Parts: sequence; C-alpha cells; structure tokens
Amino acid sequence: MYQFAKWKYWLIIIVMVVGTLFALPNVFGEGPALQLSRNDRAAMDQASKDKVLGLLNADSVPVEASYTEKDRLVLRFADTETQSKARETIAKRGNGEFLVALSSASRAPDWMRAVGLKPMSLGLDLRGGVHFVYEVDTVGAVDQAVDRMERDARATLRDKRVPYASVTRVNDSIRVTLRSQDDLTAAQDALRSPDGSILLNTSDSAAGPTIEMTMTPAEVKRRQDVAVQQNITTLRNRVDELGISEPIVTRQAVNRIVVQLPGVQDPNEAIRVLGATATLEFRLVDETNNPYEAAQTKRVPIGSKLLNTRDGRPILVKRDIIATGEQLSDASSGFAEGSPQVNVVLDSRGGQSMMEATRDNVGKRMAVVYIEKKQLAEGERCEGTRNGALCTEEEVISDATIQSVLSDRFRITGLQATEARELALLLRSGALAAPQTIVEQRSVGPSLGQDNIDRGIRAMAIGLLLTFAFMAVYYRAFGWIANLVLLSNLILTVGLLSMLQASLSLPGIAAVVFHMGIAVDANILIYERIREELRNGNSPLQSINVGFEKAFATIADSNVTTLIAGVVLFAFGTGTIRSFAIVMTLGIITSLFTSVVGSRALVHAIWGTRRKLDHLSI
Amino acid sequence: MEFFHKVTKYPFMHTRKVWYGVSGVAIIASIVLLFVHGLNLGIDFTGGVVLEFAYPKAANIERTRTALQEAGFHEAQVQNFGDERSVAVRLLPTDGQDVNQVSKAVTDALKKTDPEVELRRAEVVGPQVGEELTNQGGLAILFTFVLIGIYTWWRFQWKMGVSAIIATLHDPLIILGFFAVSDIPFDLAVLAAILAVIGYSLNDTVVVFDRVRENFHSMRKASPEEVMDASINQTLSRTIITSGATLLVVVVLLIEGGETLRGFSWALTIGILVGTYSSIYVAGALALDMKLSALDLIEQKKDTSELDALP
Repeated sequence: MYQFAKWKYWLIIIVMVVGTLFALPNVFGEGPALQLSRNDRAAMDQASKDKVLGLLNADSVPVEASYTEKDRLVLRFADTETQSKARETIAKRGNGEFLVALSSASRAPDWMRAVGLKPMSLGLDLRGGVHFVYEVDTVGAVDQAVDRMERDARATLRDKRVPYASVTRVNDSIRVTLRSQDDLTAAQDALRSPDGSILLNTSDSAAGPTIEMTMTPAEVKRRQDVAVQQNITTLRNRVDELGISEPIVTRQAVNRIVVQLPGVQDPNEAIRVLGATATLEFRLVDETNNPYEAAQTKRVPIGSKLLNTRDGRPILVKRDIIATGEQLSDASSGFAEGSPQVNVVLDSRGGQSMMEATRDNVGKRMAVVYIEKKQLAEGERCEGTRNGALCTEEEVISDATIQSVLSDRFRITGLQATEARELALLLRSGALAAPQTIVEQRSVGPSLGQDNIDRGIRAMAIGLLLTFAFMAVYYRAFGWIANLVLLSNLILTVGLLSMLQASLSLPGIAAVVFHMGIAVDANILIYERIREELRNGNSPLQSINVGFEKAFATIADSNVTTLIAGVVLFAFGTGTIRSFAIVMTLGIITSLFTSVVGSRALVHAIWGTRRKLDHLSI
Repeated sequence: MEFFHKVTKYPFMHTRKVWYGVSGVAIIASIVLLFVHGLNLGIDFTGGVVLEFAYPKAANIERTRTALQEAGFHEAQVQNFGDERSVAVRLLPTDGQDVNQVSKAVTDALKKTDPEVELRRAEVVGPQVGEELTNQGGLAILFTFVLIGIYTWWRFQWKMGVSAIIATLHDPLIILGFFAVSDIPFDLAVLAAILAVIGYSLNDTVVVFDRVRENFHSMRKASPEEVMDASINQTLSRTIITSGATLLVVVVLLIEGGETLRGFSWALTIGILVGTYSSIYVAGALALDMKLSALDLIEQKKDTSELDALP
C-alpha cells in the first residue's frame, strides 16, 4: 500500500496557514483616509502626529486608525464625510505645516499591518488614476553636452593662449584646427580632460594639424543616464508637490520614465504641474535699497527687480544677469569639513562672467533665481507674471555672501544638509533637464475603476460557482476535493500576490478567472486516470495510486508549456499585461502544488487509510 | 456522472487528410483575411487617442459626432462602448499634435452637448510607443514558440516537437483570422490572450503525446496509426472535460467582463476551441505523417533509463 509521508501533511498545513494569513488582509476592504506629509519634507515624527491627532480631537473628528508609513502619517476614517471634515480641520488649523492627500487605507486590524501583512495592490485600471510615460530626449542631452564641449574648447584655448585657426562642430565631435605642430602639442595638453572622458585624435589636414575631440562611449552613456536620472528626480519632486498618496515614478527601458498617480482624476492638471519647465539665473543682490520698503510701497528701484525667497522674504536683485542655467554644467551636494555645501560647476563662458562679476563684489551677496514656466489651468492664479495662459514664477532659492573671487567651480555653503540637497536638485532641474515628451498616457476615472473591480469579482464568483457545480456533478466526492483544492489554490494565489505586492489589473483578474479552468485540469487528469484504472479492473486503492503516479508526469509536462508562455509574457509585457503574466505564472505554481500534493493528501486522508474499499465516489 | 463510460474508439487518424484540408483552408482564409481586410488594431499598436465618456442618460451618438465635427475633429470615430450611456471616441494620431490638448479639447466639445458628461477613461499612445509594442509583441510570440519548441523537442522527440509547434502555430493564425473577420479591436490584452492560448493549446498536445509515448511502449504490436488513435481516444475524455471547464469560465468572462475584456475573452474562447481541435487532429496527424514510430521513442528511452527493461 502506498505510504503518504507525514511531513507532506505538515508542509501543506504550513503553506496553507501562511498563504491564508497573507491573503487575509484582502477581506477587510478599504476605508477613506488622509495621508499627511510635512511641508518641510522632514519625516513625520511623533510630535507632529500628536499635534495632528490633537487638532482632530479638539474638533471632535473621530479617527479610526492612525499610523506612520514611509515618512507619512496615514489617518483612516469611518466614512468620506468624516474624511473631508478632517481635511478641513487640518487645512484650517495646521498653519500650512502639512500636505494633505486624499487616499484610502486598508481596514485590516492594526496587528496585521504591524507584521507587514497588506492587501493586494490594485492597478490604476482598478483604483482609478493616471499613468504617463515620458520619453527623455537623450539625444538632445548629449547634443547639449557637445555644444558645451565646443564652447569650453574655445575658452580653454583662449585662456591658455594657444592660437587656433578654427573650432568647429562635426556631428558629435569638435574639430580644432591649429596653425603649427607646436600649437598642436600645447592644445593637446590644454584640452586633455582630467577624467579621460574625452578622446583626442590628432591628424593632419590641408588647413593644418587638427584635433578631433569626441566623448568616449562610456561618457555618452553616462550623460544620457544622468539626463534620465535628473528628470526622474525632478518629476519625483513635482509629484510630491501634487500631494498624492503612493505615486510611482520609475525608469522604464533606457530613456523612458513611467509616472503613476493613483486617484488623480484630471490628467491635464497633473501634466501641467509635471510639465513645468525651469531655468536659473545668477544675479547680484541689490543691498543698497531696502527690499521690505520696496515690497510695501511697490516701488522698485531702477536697475533692480523685486523677488521673494523660498521662505517668503522679499529681496531685491540686480537686473544684470551673471550667468544662466544654460551655463551650468553640474551641481551636487556634499560635505566639506563636516558642513554641507553645494558644488557648482559652470561652463567656461559662465565661469568667465562669474569671475568678472565677483572680482569687484567680494563680501556682497549673490542670489540664485529659480524660474518656473507653466501652463495655467482655467481660473488658476499665477503667483508671478502672466502672459496669456503662460505663467512665469520667479523665486530666489539661495542668496549667499561671496567669500572670494569665483570662477567656473565654486561652492555654496552655510546650508543645512537637506537644504543643500534640495538646492543642488533645484539647480540641476533648472539647468540640466533634458527635454521630455509624453508618449503614452492612460487615465481611468474612479467610477470606471470601481466598475472594473465589481465586474472582475462577479466574473470570478460566477466562474467559481459554475466550476464547483460542474466538478461536483461530474466527479461527485472527488469533485468536491477538486473544488477544495481550487479554493485553496485561489487563496494561495491571492496570498502570493499580496505578499509580492505586485499590482493587480483587470487582465490580472481575468487571468485568475481563466486560471480556474486550468487549475482544475490537473485534477481532471488525475481523475480520468483513476477512472481508467478502475475500468481496467484494478482495485480502487490501486487505481488511486496508479492514477496519481501516472498523471503526475503529464501534469508537470503540460504545465511547463503554459509556464513558458507566462514567463515570456512577463518579460515582454508592461503595465496591465504584466499583471496578467504574474497571475498566470503564480497560478501555475500554486496549482501544481495544490493539485499534486494537496489533492493527493486529501484523497489519501479520506480513502487511503481504509482497510477495505470496494467503491469510489468518482 | 460520466460522459465517456468506455474508452472511445474513434478512428481519428483515418480521416486526417480531410482535417488537413479543413485546417489548410482555415489557415489560408485567415492569412488572406489578414492581408485583405487586416486587423482592427487598437491604439496600443497604432498610437492615437481613445476617450470613453459616460452620459447621464442614453448617449446620442449622432449629436456627439456633430459636436466633434464642429470642434474640428473630422476623423473622430464615435461608437457605443458596452452600454448605451457610454461612448468611445477614437482619434488617430497626427504628426506634431499635442495629444494632451486633444483629450481636453474633445472633453470640452462634448461638455457643450451635455455638461454632465463624464470622462471615464483616456488613453493616449504616441506612434513610437505603438510601433515598439508591435515589435515587442511579435518578439514575445516568437520567443514563446522557440522556447516551447526547444522544450517539446527535448522532452519528447524532434518529430513530435515539430508537429506540436505546427499544431500550435495553427491556433493563433485562426484567432487572428477571427479578429480580422469580426473587426473586434485587437489590443495588447488580446495579444496576451494569444500567448496564453499558445501555452494552453500545447498543454493539450503534450497530454496526448505523453500518452503516445507511453503507448508505444505498451502496444508493441500496434501500428503507429493505431497507437495514435488509441492515445487520442484514451485522453479524449480529459481533453473534452478540461476544455469544457475552461470554456465555462471564459464564457463567463465574455459575458461579465465588460467591454474592456471583450477582445481578450473572445481570443481565449476561440483559442480554447481551436486549440482542442488542433491537439486532437493536427498534432498527432502531423507526427504520424512524419513517420513517427516506436523506434523514435524507445531508443530514446533506453538511453535515459535502464529501469524500463525490468518487468
């Protein structure tokens, strides 16, 4: 008689318990919630949490649950009415300290969240929201870099007093033509880049010896990477500005950026905020006049411009521009002697005018002006100057005292670490952003999302019931085992999806439904084998054993092919299709386990231990 | 309940020439349809704009169309989507047009016909993305075939591998023919369904071939044709029952899944029907006509396992 190993029972029990545990948070559903983050972008600490809860308590707004997650405070409420009341309270009494986003949060009990059990994450087609794909013009980014290289070559040769006949751009390289061999050596020394990112090839032409300057392929790739990375960081920053819960900004392929904004209803609004373009200007601060006075009397001295700093202080800057964002080559934050700083690198032209401007102004202040241009929506107010639907907002993001004569490399000190990081980011986003265009946009309204969920669940329920009925009628007792197995298979799939937090889309739900058919296939194979063995005159017990044994190889073989299709689909698919592939692949794995190990354990537990068995209910 | 009380004894292989004819005609018809009529490709592949609107009451397609004409969208396709309250507006991509402005302009135009119209869904796909998706989709199908081919070759034998692949190739072609004839939009989800069908159809074939391998061992005196017939008949109940069970849930999807999943569900439905047929009639017949014999399989078995020689 076939012996069924005890440890297999234990394995099944453990897997089922763990799977059920992971699937459990999905049962509780979601409730309306608010997500709060601090306006100064610091993490939500206990003090802030207490403050918010205190405010709500004072206004007697009942909070169902409150917890911090990823630097944000999540507050869950019983209904949307309380939710909007809470939002009002925080807006009114929070002194602008908090950014509030409407969202929903799982109603699962606290202990589940505490141990990391979460419901499945729903895709945008189910919860509603906007999905964008940006394409970064990496060619343009490299093009800009080549332009800079050309300007730099000219300036360097001029600085080092190397006479040259011409500096011209030829495709993606710069050709420097010189007058003599001596000049060639001098030029080579001058133009050699310290990090070896530029290749110098010399040759002779009719016009004289030439140097061909080309960026190494590694450098080109680095430039492209930096451009995409920079745009991602800028987009993340702007997305934060929108105050959306759980936004996703990720890179896709080489030059694409995917932005997903759950819950956003108007894609145009999001496109506008995300699509703002920014530039920079370095200007001297006008220190002879009083900015507060100018702000009050609205009379701005000639040759100056009245702006505001980020914290709302008025400031007067000179009209003359020292350098613009176009001349910025790099900006990064770092530490020197333990204090944070921003390292700025200008191109040679910018460096030249920076030197000229600072030579006579040591000890005075210099401002960095951040200029953002965006399309206005109807009825929206422009904080800056308005030109038709285009709004230009200017703001001083840094004003620091000039400590010494500056050139193309300088640093801005006297900042907090977070300030330094943010300034470097703003500098880069105002200067280095490569052009980007939206190549794909999908948005699903919340009502359609809910419709999709309802449809998916209904299809799943009907499919399950029909399968149950069919299997029970056709295979009787054994059919119920198949049904039990199918149910545990569903639970395990949901559990795995919740564990992996892979987002579930409508095609994903469809895969769950389709998979029910495939999942029962393993059992059908086994049962048909058992029936066949019975027909061949074998005893019931023997038939069970042989049936399982022989069917196993077939089940494995036949599932591999579907698995291959699932994996390929996963590798090639994006978005909603990927969800279909994930469910398909996970479903095959769980169904192999439940039908081969689980089903056999059940059959063995019911019939295998009987001493005498003359009839099978199959 | 049991539909197949006894093992059936249908002489499937005897009529295989007829079925070759049927399949051949179906495939040629599909290919011709694909070239002549073409697929109603969704914007996933062509690029363009699809907007879905819901009116509070039954939508007036004519009025919607006129409103769009007036707003300058002369090429807009307008049709009902799912229920009578919903309309889908589709615009083809034009060069240099800001797609995002388009969705806003269309919404504004429709708001004039009825201020309560609600934008339920907007999809804007740039032409370059469409082209990429088409290429990727083609590559995905190709990869699936190559990998599955390698697997069946390795697991069975090359004649069986080749016949399985041809039988499986047969299914997506007919699905494509169906989509060309029915004009149901062909989108990414349909492509995913086709890949699933490839896996599924092969699954059926593998079950039959597993039995063929087994039977070549046990039915030493039988001709290859008899072995093939016996194998198909022995697995017939499983093939039919599984297909029935799967068809059951897929039809539920077709009815309940809504407009978004319509193409996807149709692809699965057709795929299951055709896949079942091709596993029964096409795969086995091809292997037989490639002169598959006991030698092909038994030799291979001896290499891998000594135990078979024992009683």
